[in-house]
Amino acid sequence: MIGWLCAIDHKRVGILYMLSAFLFFLAGGMEAMVMRAQLAAPNLKLITPEIYNQMFTMHGTTMIFLVAMPVLTGFGVYLVPLMIGANEMALPRLGALSFWLQFFGGVLLYFSFTTGAAPAGGWFSYAPLSEKAFSPGPGVDYWALALLMVAGGSIGSAINLIVTIANCRAPGMTLRLVPLFVWMTLVTSVMIVFALPALAASLVLLLSDRLLNARFFDPSQGGAPLLWQHYFWIFGHPEVYIVVLPAFGIISEIIPVFSRKPIFGYPFVATSTVAIAFLSYGVWAHHMFAVALGRNFLAVFAAASMLIAVPTGMKIFSWIATMWGGAIRFSTAMLFAVAFLLEFTVGGLSGVAFAAVPVDWQMTDTYFVVAHIHYVLVGGTVFALLAGVHYWFPKFSGRLLDEKLGRWTFWLIVLGFNTTFFVQHFLGLLGMTRRVYTYPDLPWFGALNLISTIGAAILVFGILLFWANVAMSLFFGTRAGDDPWNAWTLEWSAASPPLPRNFAEIPEVRSRRPLWDRKHPEAPDWMRA
Amino acid sequence: MAVVFLVVLAGVVYSVVRFRSRGQTTAEPRQIFGSPKLEVLWTVLPVLIVTGLFIVTVRAMVLIDAPQDAVHPPDLVVIAHQWWWEARYPNGVVVPWDIHIRTSRRLLVRVESADVIHDFWVPQLARKMDAVPGRQSFIWLQADTPGIYTGTCSEFCGAQHSWMRFRVIAQPQASFETWLDNEARTTIDDVPAPPERFFREKGCATCHTVVARQPSSGKGPSLAHLASRETLGGGISRNTPDNLMLWLTDPQLAKPGNRMPNTPLTVEERRALLMYLESLR
Repeated sequence: MIGWLCAIDHKRVGILYMLSAFLFFLAGGMEAMVMRAQLAAPNLKLITPEIYNQMFTMHGTTMIFLVAMPVLTGFGVYLVPLMIGANEMALPRLGALSFWLQFFGGVLLYFSFTTGAAPAGGWFSYAPLSEKAFSPGPGVDYWALALLMVAGGSIGSAINLIVTIANCRAPGMTLRLVPLFVWMTLVTSVMIVFALPALAASLVLLLSDRLLNARFFDPSQGGAPLLWQHYFWIFGHPEVYIVVLPAFGIISEIIPVFSRKPIFGYPFVATSTVAIAFLSYGVWAHHMFAVALGRNFLAVFAAASMLIAVPTGMKIFSWIATMWGGAIRFSTAMLFAVAFLLEFTVGGLSGVAFAAVPVDWQMTDTYFVVAHIHYVLVGGTVFALLAGVHYWFPKFSGRLLDEKLGRWTFWLIVLGFNTTFFVQHFLGLLGMTRRVYTYPDLPWFGALNLISTIGAAILVFGILLFWANVAMSLFFGTRAGDDPWNAWTLEWSAASPPLPRNFAEIPEVRSRRPLWDRKHPEAPDWMRA
Repeated sequence: MAVVFLVVLAGVVYSVVRFRSRGQTTAEPRQIFGSPKLEVLWTVLPVLIVTGLFIVTVRAMVLIDAPQDAVHPPDLVVIAHQWWWEARYPNGVVVPWDIHIRTSRRLLVRVESADVIHDFWVPQLARKMDAVPGRQSFIWLQADTPGIYTGTCSEFCGAQHSWMRFRVIAQPQASFETWLDNEARTTIDDVPAPPERFFREKGCATCHTVVARQPSSGKGPSLAHLASRETLGGGISRNTPDNLMLWLTDPQLAKPGNRMPNTPLTVEERRALLMYLESLR
């Protein structure tokens, strides 16, 4: 126990990140289920509007800051040193500090429940609603302070990953040869370093308004409420890619191994990631299309928002081309990766629809957006994470996850997820606005919401089954061996689970698939070209 | 969009079906590392698609959007409050909840907010527009066929964001003008007298007016024609005497979180007030 609390080894810190994310996922998931129960039928009164608003505020904040970011950081911290042939992160103590900042930030956020006034202003906390005059309780103060800690932790871990990837690669592994997961983690970390400070700065301004009677966002005193939105989305839109790019990295590792082919067009996949990173800083105002900001201003952001679909689409085609002509093995990990391709495409395409400003002028802040973000964040990030856990669990634990349970998990989650969120597209088109604690009995509203709630219940079963599989396999799973998938990247040459010192001997790297070279001395990758 | 999705779907399905590994062959398939030609193709094609989409978008924006530096006075000013709406007409008439407009005319509407950010949305008649405090934003509003159109607030604005609904009633020119003249003529002398004094004494009039022409205090919605409304509290309940009574006994039960305080009234006083409010047709 003490060993874990004082851990600075990258593998232990990585596991701590995942455990912490699991804990907060329980809370965020329960909040979601409370909301789906309240919305199951029109005019229900299971909870008060104030509680409902707390639920969706905490659900959004939790899932983004305390689940998605930490679990992806955990994957990065655990896997990056193993994948680049290093024995440790570059700055192990900064790694531990970053984790605990993030964890206690989450604890502080949840502590707000004990004051009876959890934040209820949405995960975006728009001013002036988040100002003292309209949110007098301490909830928003807890929210802002907690996110300041989380932001500090995220920046710390991002710097740590950048320094590690820059300095600790095995001899011979140039940046053109690192696995794509490492590439995407590098790009994501750079994005965090540039995006999170915007959030931290605006949180300080908001706290100044609330606690020191400053007037940054208060229009009655000459402040600018829209300034908050600009700051928040300059952080907020890159944030979407911060939680999606590492997922792209996971998919880029899994699809090649289970198709038995190298990734199709490595340079394009890596470069398009950098393109996404750049463009993501120029699209923030598409969250503000419903504000009268001027036609030319909006057109620029519409163009950038449409353009960002191009590098994303390139990746989808690269993944399909990787499977094309391969010999595909359907492990549970691969099933989730293939489902990711389709679910994420749905979310990506509805995103392009929103970039068309007139569509946004009707559909923004409706359930169509709720469907869109969940197809991106669940259909994208969560599906990739589930693929990743099924793929790397043997490395983490030394044991395989049960494949039969894995298949059940997969089908339950696919069914539950699509039932919950696909119908929400229609609810949005019918005019149901989001963030409402209840709704009138308009045609179809009740039926579609009920379907969505039933889907959410199925999804819960799928997730519980997944955890049951993890818990059981941890103790009773089949021994995995070092390289159960016949894979190609360096982590599979370490022991499962890796020894405290990952590699007895630091390997020398000559291509993108060092283990392929070792297994096929007759035709190593570095002989090509 | 659907076409793009079908292309991806076809690619995925074909790959998984056709290239599924069968049997226990250990031989690896041919190792292909990429094809610059193909990669350029699926970069350039999407660029062309989004370029087309962008052109269509800008065209539609020009058609839909009202000039934000309007030189003409607006036909209607809409002001959002936590959690109700009011509409002001050029001739001084102020109405809550039911906004009457004439059909077949493009109306310039100015959208404002009295407190936090709201959003004015009548899906069938106009684009949505954020109501930002301290800013005046303009939209076109047009109904071609007479009828009742529902609208709602579309930006999260606090506890009762859900019940910030309203209606737009589109009428032909003639009946619209009759309505507007009628509203404009009504004065305080036309509303039933004795309880009106009482309404004032008990403090109701601090926040509420009962005359459509009188500018609202900004604290609470106008109660003009209250009895002829279909619902109460932005759509939260049907307009029945029982539901109206709830506002006099426990406003926080009627609409949790709303700004109306409890009023110290005796049972008789409540009954008299209810009778009075029910007479406001």
